[in-house]
Amino acid sequence: MLEGLSDKFRKVLKDVRGHGALSDSNIQDALKEVRLALLEADVNLVVVKDFIAAVKEKALGKEVLGSLTPGQQFTKVVHDELTRLLGGSEATLELKGRPPVIMLVGLQGSGKTTTAAKLAVHLKGRGRNPYIVPADMFRLAAVLQLKKLASEARVDCFDSEGYSKADAVCAEALRIAGIKGYDCVIVDTAGRLHIDDALMDELKTLKGILKPSEVLFVADSMTGQDAVNTAKGFDSAVGVTGVALTKFDGDARGGAALSMRMTTGKPIKFVGVGEKIDALEVFHPSRLAGRILDMGDVLTLIEKAEATLGEKEAKELQRKIKKDSFTLEDFKGQLQQIKKMGSIESILSMVPGFNAVKNAKDVKIDEKEILRVEAIINSMTMKERVDPSCLNASRRQRIAKGSGTKVSDVNKLMNQYQDMRKMMKMMRNSGGRGMKGLLNRMR
Amino acid sequence: MFKGIKAGLASLKAGLARTHNAIMGNVEAAFSGASREEILENLEESLILSDIGVAASSRIVDELRGQFAGKDPERLKELLRSSIYRILKEAEAPLVPTASPFVIMALGVNGVGKTTTIGKLASRYTSEGRSVLLAAGDTFRAAAIEQLELWGERVGCQVIRQAHGGDPGAIAFDAVRAAISRKSDVLILDTAGRLHTKTNLVEELKKVKRIVGRELPGAPHENLLVLDASTGQNALNQARLFNEAIGVTGIALTKLDGTAKGGIIVPIAGELKIPIRLIGVGESASDLKDFDAREFVDALI
Ligand SMILES: Nc1nc2c(ncn2[C@@H]2O[C@H](COP(=O)(O)OP(=O)(O)OP(=O)(O)O)[C@@H](O)[C@H]2O)c(=O)[nH]1
Ligand SMILES: Nc1nc2c(ncn2[C@@H]2O[C@H](COP(=O)(O)OP(=O)(O)OP(=O)(O)O)[C@@H](O)[C@H]2O)c(=O)[nH]1
Ligand SMILES: [Mg+2]
Ligand SMILES: [Mg+2]
Repeated sequence: MLEGLSDKFRKVLKDVRGHGALSDSNIQDALKEVRLALLEADVNLVVVKDFIAAVKEKALGKEVLGSLTPGQQFTKVVHDELTRLLGGSEATLELKGRPPVIMLVGLQGSGKTTTAAKLAVHLKGRGRNPYIVPADMFRLAAVLQLKKLASEARVDCFDSEGYSKADAVCAEALRIAGIKGYDCVIVDTAGRLHIDDALMDELKTLKGILKPSEVLFVADSMTGQDAVNTAKGFDSAVGVTGVALTKFDGDARGGAALSMRMTTGKPIKFVGVGEKIDALEVFHPSRLAGRILDMGDVLTLIEKAEATLGEKEAKELQRKIKKDSFTLEDFKGQLQQIKKMGSIESILSMVPGFNAVKNAKDVKIDEKEILRVEAIINSMTMKERVDPSCLNASRRQRIAKGSGTKVSDVNKLMNQYQDMRKMMKMMRNSGGRGMKGLLNRMR
Repeated sequence: MFKGIKAGLASLKAGLARTHNAIMGNVEAAFSGASREEILENLEESLILSDIGVAASSRIVDELRGQFAGKDPERLKELLRSSIYRILKEAEAPLVPTASPFVIMALGVNGVGKTTTIGKLASRYTSEGRSVLLAAGDTFRAAAIEQLELWGERVGCQVIRQAHGGDPGAIAFDAVRAAISRKSDVLILDTAGRLHTKTNLVEELKKVKRIVGRELPGAPHENLLVLDASTGQNALNQARLFNEAIGVTGIALTKLDGTAKGGIIVPIAGELKIPIRLIGVGESASDLKDFDAREFVDALI
């Protein structure tokens, strides 16, 4: 298992603190780690080189801020740059035309047909009335596959059975869509190689008929170095408007997305996270950045916490973190949430390659420890919980006695709490990057 | 029906030639009056670009660094070629039915080409005069059963099936019984695509394998892992995990007719020593070849 990249940065940059700034010589090793991480994540080598150059430029001369270690500072530069390149903000579907048409193209087996059904579900959920058109006349049972998925999604589907040519299907389906008043049309096409000129020409013909406002290149997130060639091939032949990344529910790091984004400039719009037709997510650049860098999908962790926490509580917690008014009472609540969410391991295991997984036993908070902490907090007055700075030695002794613990336990808890506040401060300043540290501190 | 029926060998050659050209572009560029270190570095980069992976690429090039002191590009290229050949040659082993019925279970992640490879294999064995039975063990994906049935029609062999949503174990059971009673030479079991990380689905596969083995001791004779040549480093995880769970006895590498190089097979062969059986070079029944280490390496470097 890979060691977390941020950990590596911490190691290779630990000497920088004295120098005070990231410099050409002191970031060399860290850049090597970035290169390695990106290549292991399947980012194309040429793209990696460009990326390294960009990161170097951004990092050079950056002063290491007092509250951050050089490793954290560098991690932030890398993560931010990757997020920026992956798309900056979230992309949305462009639905223009009467009716708007979304066309799905890509290599064999990438997930086009499944994604067609997923998009229909997605659009239906947003009040649209989509029409599915199976225009893969080649793959055995491809039409039937989409018909079945459409009926599962309770979305109307053009009956392509009996047609032999995709252009005829598209023309007729479009005519019917106009008559019946569907407000978006989703067209599945046969998988093909970008170097198959005859089939790429067919795609151009279909595009000419359909005049789609979206041509989504459906690509497997497990794709390797070749992603640049295929994405470029499809884009230059038919002009894609965006990418849908599939099969992201496995442990692929998804570096191909960066390759495709960098070579075509087209945004990644959706991510497929399962075989079921509701397993489609809108793309979040910073999440993918975290995954490519093996730094953990911090947002997903936070979301999972939120799901367990309930939205209101989560908002309240966020507000408190923002305002730096996180009290011991809140801390106690947090521990209870952790109990509810399952073990720290199970949370961390959601994060591919998360290096803490292998250290999970160190991170683990056992039930007993949580009970002890709860007992300590329960023995405090409300004033003490809200303002722990008033905890002098005699108060600590009283609390230890009342909770059946030792003063050292109380002290330890206070240290953890202070650490946690520090981490939260960092999260506030850096948008979530501190989550891992936060978890680490809680051991 | 078939998309551009190409003579099998021609398409293989073309596919491999493309692979070759893509890599050679880099290699040749490497040999234009560069220093020894530059040459080695460029060689390493060309390996990385073929999806061999950083670890294996640097291991192979480091070995070269130690073996050979000069900076003769031709010689370096030759040495590189032979070290990769050595790794792959060991893994080269065609799939030959040795029992009757000979049971093959195809497995792999979603969309890699399992069902198509089964269709191609059925076509091969049928044309060799063997009687082939197929089993539609993918009861999960929409129209997966029908896809295999259509392959059966195309090739001219029977398909054991149940309804969509049925139990793959039950189909495996039926199929093995049928293969025995019909005295089929070869039984090929299709399975639903599944990610190697989904433990419950991998468990299901183990169960199918157990049932097959219970009904016919020694079967399945081949657990054929299908890998997509366009897959990057994740293919190594796929091979490792499926091998741990199921015991992979052979690999089929599909979609080599594209521009992807399938270099990930090198570390897989090196680390896991799993025989590489077949390569897929197109979508037609005839687009299946036995893996040939020499041809593969010649195309690679
Ligand atoms: N795990 C997982 N599987 C997926 C995802 N998207 C698609 N699949 C599976 O991938 C396989 C191929 O998907 P299809 O939708 O048939 O792919 P396609 O691009 O239409 O394939 P062709 O038409 O043959 O080119 C199927 O087994 C799907 O269930 C995903 O996001 N996650
Ligand atoms: N170009 C090319 N396409 C291939 C090759 N092998 C399979 N395909 C195509 O890849 C797509 C997926 O193939 P399938 O056989 O359905 O894959 P699968 O692994 O059974 O997929 P699931 O059952 O959905 O997991 C189809 O469009 C096939 O025609 C190959 O060697 N070359
Ligand atoms: Mg399809
Ligand atoms: Mg299949």
